[in-house]
Amino acid sequence: MDQLALDVAHLFAGGLVLVSFMLLYQDRMTGLVNVFALHALVVSSSVAWQANIQQAPHLYITAAIALAVKAFVIPMALHRIIVRLGIHREIDPVVGIGQTMLAGIGLVALSIMVMLPITAQAGTLAREDLAFALSVVLLGLLMMISRRNAVSQVIGFMSIENGLILAATGAKGMPLVVEISVAFSILVALIVIGVFLFRIRERFDSVDIHTLHEHRGEQP
Amino acid sequence: MTDLGSFIVGAVLVIPVVSAALLALLPDDRTTAWLNATAAFLTFISAAVLFLARPSPGRYLIVDDLNVVFIVLSTFVGFTTSVFSASYIAHELETGRLTPLYLRFYHAMYQTLMFGMNLALLSNNVGLMWVAVELSTLTTVLMVGIYRTPAALEAAWKYFLLGSVGIALALFGTILVYLAAHSVVGEGLDAMAWDVLVQNAPQFDPALLNLSFVFLLLGYGTKVGLVPLHAWLPDAHAEGPTPISAVLSGLLLNVALFAVLRFKSIMSANSGALAPGPLMVSLGLLSVIFASFMLYRRTDIKRMFAYSSIEHMGIITFAFGMGGPLANFAGLLHMTLHSLTKSAIFFCVGHIAQVKGTQHMPDIRGLTVSHPVLGWGLVFGVAAIGGLPPMGIFMTEFLIVTTTFARYPVLAVVLGLSLLVALGALLLRLNGLSFGDPHGSAEPAKASFVPIFAHFALVFVAGIWLPPALVIWFQHVANLLG
Repeated sequence: MDQLALDVAHLFAGGLVLVSFMLLYQDRMTGLVNVFALHALVVSSSVAWQANIQQAPHLYITAAIALAVKAFVIPMALHRIIVRLGIHREIDPVVGIGQTMLAGIGLVALSIMVMLPITAQAGTLAREDLAFALSVVLLGLLMMISRRNAVSQVIGFMSIENGLILAATGAKGMPLVVEISVAFSILVALIVIGVFLFRIRERFDSVDIHTLHEHRGEQP
Repeated sequence: MTDLGSFIVGAVLVIPVVSAALLALLPDDRTTAWLNATAAFLTFISAAVLFLARPSPGRYLIVDDLNVVFIVLSTFVGFTTSVFSASYIAHELETGRLTPLYLRFYHAMYQTLMFGMNLALLSNNVGLMWVAVELSTLTTVLMVGIYRTPAALEAAWKYFLLGSVGIALALFGTILVYLAAHSVVGEGLDAMAWDVLVQNAPQFDPALLNLSFVFLLLGYGTKVGLVPLHAWLPDAHAEGPTPISAVLSGLLLNVALFAVLRFKSIMSANSGALAPGPLMVSLGLLSVIFASFMLYRRTDIKRMFAYSSIEHMGIITFAFGMGGPLANFAGLLHMTLHSLTKSAIFFCVGHIAQVKGTQHMPDIRGLTVSHPVLGWGLVFGVAAIGGLPPMGIFMTEFLIVTTTFARYPVLAVVLGLSLLVALGALLLRLNGLSFGDPHGSAEPAKASFVPIFAHFALVFVAGIWLPPALVIWFQHVANLLG
């Protein structure tokens, strides 16, 4: 594999980590959804590039699905939900954006320190890709715990999925099962957005899941 | 024989799919509940035949000595739960908590869940198993939220978030396992097949395996409900329909544990890798301690038994973590008996909650007077799950504690004390629920008692006499687990 191909692959993977950081500092809903669309765009380009350099045509399907569903359909649906619910501004972070970013940097350092020594045998491509993928997964988790709003949590979860796609395509020759599962998880995201957000809306006039805690079944 | 075996494996998977489609399409009627039960029964019969005829392992599916135990148990409880569900659902329709449309959805989801669990147990491919576990998570999320009350929605949302994060971590672990395998086995499907993985595990890179096991244990451990990853479990049990609580406790937790066991055997086959035992022992013990103390402050009856499930999954994980033929044997048997007992308890609890119109324990009193069968059923169930002799769970807990005592006395003392704490909490609550002056509605329950009695009879008999064939089979599987 020539050096240029590797460099481009790393460019996309590193770009994905960068976009994950951008997700962390968004302070408006609309911006958040747009950045998520960018996230999906980067992951789909990365997968397409992997398909090209690994000569694995079936990966193009994964790329196309990621592009169509996550970069277009879901962001559009989310925009409609946001408009309908009137929650353009409500990001409502649990801790300050600054602290979240610092924690994010720590997580990226952690995943690089964990992955690079371990995957020494796994070939250059898988090595860096896995370190980047773990960073994206951890940043997604960070986003899920540092936001109170249901829409941002769903976006955090979908960014975790993007990280997993990156990892799966980086592992050379992983069978089609993964692609099925990835397509499957996209379906999950759709169902969840549809079912849950609308149900939550129906009952509470708010998608802030903090209000849900009032309804805990457990009385002291 | 091989052909019959493949046919049967096909049946175990196809029957739930076809009936899910049928149940989604058929107009809402009382008959659909019985169609559901019939489908579950046929699946159970097919699964039982797998003991006799088994196909040679394929690229995607495998039947071996370990999973055949799980699959028969799982389809059996799936069948009895569907019988219970028929009478439970009839009551929910009468009271209007479920509309006919939701009922259709419920039945279709029930069969889809059965399909997901059977596929997870039968799969010979780590990726396929992951997809199946994800499918069963999804269906249960939708069913937990089916009542659409604020509490049910919160429970479903919480379950979805924690469950999918868990499953995401498990996928990362799965990818790492593939990476460890593909440099030895070569690319493609072989590097994801269980039988190939276990055979070649000694040559895998230990560092990659270690990292993958951490992710897999945390990921699938979330689904097992191990403390500190258990937060979804009590809510999901308490707010969903009771048949789903029974299936969650009795089956889905086992499926997740089965996944952990499969990966554990890969880990133990590799001498350079981290020993998986201590990790499982500590998570298991932590769950037992935590859950047994949490049992004291519960006021919701289903929530209380959900904590009891956390406790028992902890015991089972502990036993498998200890390893060795005796502990593995006890773990397997405990898992089987816990599934049977806990689902029967949920059958009782479901009817009790329907009759009394509440799950709030202080409002339920004197059940043995107002509803003798359900009341005494609950007494029997709690005695069994708490580990009182002569029921089967006493025997397995005794085995686990004694075999631990021989190796790590301190752990055995801690485990034994927590079991006593849990027993105390359960008996305390049971006293209030079952005895004293009856409180609330005394209407006779329109219950289906057959599944309850069938389960309790099995648990009781298992405590006194185990069929030798079963003992030999479990010993054999226990040796395989290492």
